[in-house]
Amino acid sequence: MKESKKKILIVDDSELNRALLVDMLENDFEIVEAENGMEAMAVLVEHEMEISMMLLDVVMPVMDGFEVLAMMNKKGYIKTIPVIMISAENGSSVIDRAYDLGAIDYINRPFDERTVKHRVMSNFLLTLKQKELSELLSAQIYEKEKSNSLMIEILSHIVEFRNGESGLHVLHVHTITEMVLKAIAEKTDKYNLTAQDIRLIGNASALHDIGKIIIPEEVLNKPGKFTPEEFEQMKLHTVEGAKMLEALPFHKEEALVRYAHDICRWHHERYDGRGYPDGLKGDEIPIAAQAVALADVYDALTSKRVYKPPFTHEKAIEMILNNECGVFNPLLLECLKEIAPVLQEELNVASYGYAAEKNIDETVKQTMKMDGTEASERTLRLIEYERMKYRSLADLSSEITFEYTAAPEMVRFTDWCADALGLSMNILDPLNDEKFCARFPKEAFEDFVKRLKESSPERSIVTAKYRLNLSGEVKWHKVSAKTMWDSDDDEADFRGAVCKIVDINDEVLRMENLEQQAERDPLTGLYNRSAARSRIEKLLTESDGKTYALAFLDFDDFKRANDVHGHQFGDEVLKEFANRLRANTRASDITARVGGDEFIIFMEYRGDVAKQAERIHSRVTGEFKGFDIRCSLGIACSNANCIDFDELYHKADVAAYSAKKQTKNIFKVYDDSMESLLAKCKAGDLE
Amino acid sequence: MNVQECYEAIGGNYQEVLGRLRDDTRILKFLSLFLNDPSYDLLVNSIAKDNAEEAFRAAHTIKGVCLNLSLTRLFRSSNELTEALRGKSEVSGEAKKLVEKVKEDYLVTVDYIRKLKNA
Repeated sequence: MKESKKKILIVDDSELNRALLVDMLENDFEIVEAENGMEAMAVLVEHEMEISMMLLDVVMPVMDGFEVLAMMNKKGYIKTIPVIMISAENGSSVIDRAYDLGAIDYINRPFDERTVKHRVMSNFLLTLKQKELSELLSAQIYEKEKSNSLMIEILSHIVEFRNGESGLHVLHVHTITEMVLKAIAEKTDKYNLTAQDIRLIGNASALHDIGKIIIPEEVLNKPGKFTPEEFEQMKLHTVEGAKMLEALPFHKEEALVRYAHDICRWHHERYDGRGYPDGLKGDEIPIAAQAVALADVYDALTSKRVYKPPFTHEKAIEMILNNECGVFNPLLLECLKEIAPVLQEELNVASYGYAAEKNIDETVKQTMKMDGTEASERTLRLIEYERMKYRSLADLSSEITFEYTAAPEMVRFTDWCADALGLSMNILDPLNDEKFCARFPKEAFEDFVKRLKESSPERSIVTAKYRLNLSGEVKWHKVSAKTMWDSDDDEADFRGAVCKIVDINDEVLRMENLEQQAERDPLTGLYNRSAARSRIEKLLTESDGKTYALAFLDFDDFKRANDVHGHQFGDEVLKEFANRLRANTRASDITARVGGDEFIIFMEYRGDVAKQAERIHSRVTGEFKGFDIRCSLGIACSNANCIDFDELYHKADVAAYSAKKQTKNIFKVYDDSMESLLAKCKAGDLE
Repeated sequence: MNVQECYEAIGGNYQEVLGRLRDDTRILKFLSLFLNDPSYDLLVNSIAKDNAEEAFRAAHTIKGVCLNLSLTRLFRSSNELTEALRGKSEVSGEAKKLVEKVKEDYLVTVDYIRKLKNA
């Protein structure tokens, strides 16, 4: 499928100015024009999803550029459509205002073609990649998603809708929890709170009330006081929420889920032991649950509930500090006091951001209605949650994900990954970034980028294994990527890739270990017969003029070793023998234990093979711990007529047998006359 | 008369516009478009109607176009006018003087562009 040109909306009241821009951009983009802000808004309402970028003039009749930006903020378009301002206004206040309102770039008149093209292209690519990334993720993780972040949000919002709460409660609890924990982490390292823990706890806090889903609605939303029975029923939401998480068929051991469990069960415990359900005291209550409890109480106090009006921020703080809502950890109260001045402001920001993303509510409603929302629409919706999901997913799966951009060469991590790796989120020119190369060695990264560039739009998945140092230890990792191209045809230019790193160290080691086990004799560490055979056959067929010899070594009187020195001694002798073989052969030779006390050496030889046999025989035999190691050695050579392993093996065996029959502890080079000897003996003394 | 000569006559910067638009044909194409730009008529009319806000926008547009086409002389006068009109609710005496300068420069400019076009 040939990709169609992306659409750019040009908004300028002067036809001439529009014509200039059209002239510069029409080769690469499809252009839509608007004469003023109002027209531009009309275009956006109708074609929001098609417009990939907007070039916007400031001074215009009917509706000017700032009004357009303000409107785009209100309607949320500013998040999906990048805006570049173009204007003859170059006062810094004008430019600042444009940036404040969400414009991503500002081009001054007079503009030249190169500047416009370059800025449009680079901004376009940047946004496009974010979109592609999110689409890719949406597609890949659609199934997985049912069990994670979106589900967390949806679940917790369902609870809130049933609760008749504002929908902001989850968000407020999240914000306060993180603020309190950050303050604690600054004060003490008693709780070992890393930035990552705090983020996980913040995310997990969304689930604190999921147990309420089993509480009957009449009880949940009762305006008056609870009867003792109803209160008992209400209390159950803690235990029930924890049970739900315990009953999860998967992810049970994830840190996120474990935090969520603790929070569900214990966010109504109090420091003095007078909370429920377990009456835990002091730091028996996990710090995550303590923080959420405090956040929950604060937000409940300052919110309107069916049974009470909202208290002011000051009143709420006062009530908590006076222990009117139960006793909290004094350290937490200190933190609360500290963050109190900025708390309100933070919550307002959180609420504003939330209101802008109130689409979550819509998703919840849609999901609850289950009215067959189309997959494509859902995918679009999902794009808007990209950041949220991406972060939670990374949290949940502990996978490192990053984005690679070809020009300018850049690596971008999510904040979680950057945190986990101790790197910055954006790394320009990664190959010359010391910190980055300490994690991802230069040669490995160069190889990886080479592979990316060698892929194509049709075969855009790349996987490779590297030894990376992501956690202070060099381990095997699998790096997979999907490469991105500016179109689908053969001429496509490589733009970059989204990539994932998975630790496969254990797997690789296990495989290596298994491979070794399969090929090696466990006692001596030499090859076993079948491994030696396949290696030797390979060498023989590729011999290209080389001559090889196969030596067969058979212990003489091996039984004596055990008889005289005890039953473990035989093994020791075999190990010693193997060591001697190793010490007297080259790395290119193949040594193997082919039977109980039978060994072979396969080696290249030049000149007189008898000398080689003699040398080996004299080196491997001789006294060991009072035991005289003796063996009969037969040797056979490959030649033009004999390049078959079995034949060679047989001949060497025959030669060794002939040596043994003669006097033992000598070597013999095979010759055909030995065959008759073998035949005679076979008839006689072979069992 | 060629494009360069035209620019010299109207106080424009030929090298600059050539650097931006790359060739004479394109410069000529946009100069022709300039002839059709309604901003000048809008400016004159709104000054007559004492509509300072609309006059500001028209002057601003002329200024912007002049910047892109490197019509330096007309840019200067329209720029001064733009600043004199910025944020004003009525057209001041100073602005009225400046309009005359813009008119003068504009008429010379379009006159030469027409000649160039018909050459």
